[in-house]
Amino acid sequence: MPNAHDALFSALADPTRRAIFERLCREGEQTVGALQARAGVSQPAVSKHLGILKDAGLVRDRPEGRQTHYSAQLNALAPLADWTNQMTRFWQNGFDRLEDLLKRMDQ
Amino acid sequence: MNKLSTETLSVVVEREIPHPPEKIWRALTQPHLIEEWLMKNDFKPVVKQRFTLSGDWGSVDCQVLEIEPNKSLSYTWAAMGLESVVTWTLTPTSAGTHLRMEHSGFHADQQQAYKGAQYGWQKFFASMEEVLARMD
Repeated sequence: MPNAHDALFSALADPTRRAIFERLCREGEQTVGALQARAGVSQPAVSKHLGILKDAGLVRDRPEGRQTHYSAQLNALAPLADWTNQMTRFWQNGFDRLEDLLKRMDQ
Repeated sequence: MNKLSTETLSVVVEREIPHPPEKIWRALTQPHLIEEWLMKNDFKPVVKQRFTLSGDWGSVDCQVLEIEPNKSLSYTWAAMGLESVVTWTLTPTSAGTHLRMEHSGFHADQQQAYKGAQYGWQKFFASMEEVLARMD
């Protein structure tokens, strides 16, 4: 697995960062100030979280004048979807084998 | 089937199975039967009991969290840095049983697991892919 995946998983493991990312997903592009007003942590902390999200490819920044606007990059979630798909296949396979076993238990 | 929520990332698999809950329960809780569809194991149907599921690729450390005979069973599922929980729910239907499995991975309160994630996910992915390749 490439290091990009590690960055993605560890970026989303933090609940504050996940909340910031979810807000950007739900409400669209926002400035650091707007995010900080509702994140419950200091502006430097929000900036640090945004930096980690950016390194993981989860957000993009767009400078405009003195403000920087951040937006969510939904396609960066693909490895998470891949993981759940792999786990789904693992368990679907388990279910198939369980059904086979249940049939044999009758005999 | 897959859902992304604030607190957890889960895999849910559900299936209608034409067998009664009591019989499926045996397959979910008797070691020689678990081995036939999942992995070798030393499962014991006792709360807080630890057990190990083992395959050629490695092993999964588990601990029984909750157990309600013929109805529900949940256990932790820890493998190479992944801390997760597997929960089985059996609901009787006219045709047999509705069997639901939820495997939840990310928990906000499992910080220790997240610290292991850098290394753990990598190992877990590689191992899981090997298993999946063999299973196809």
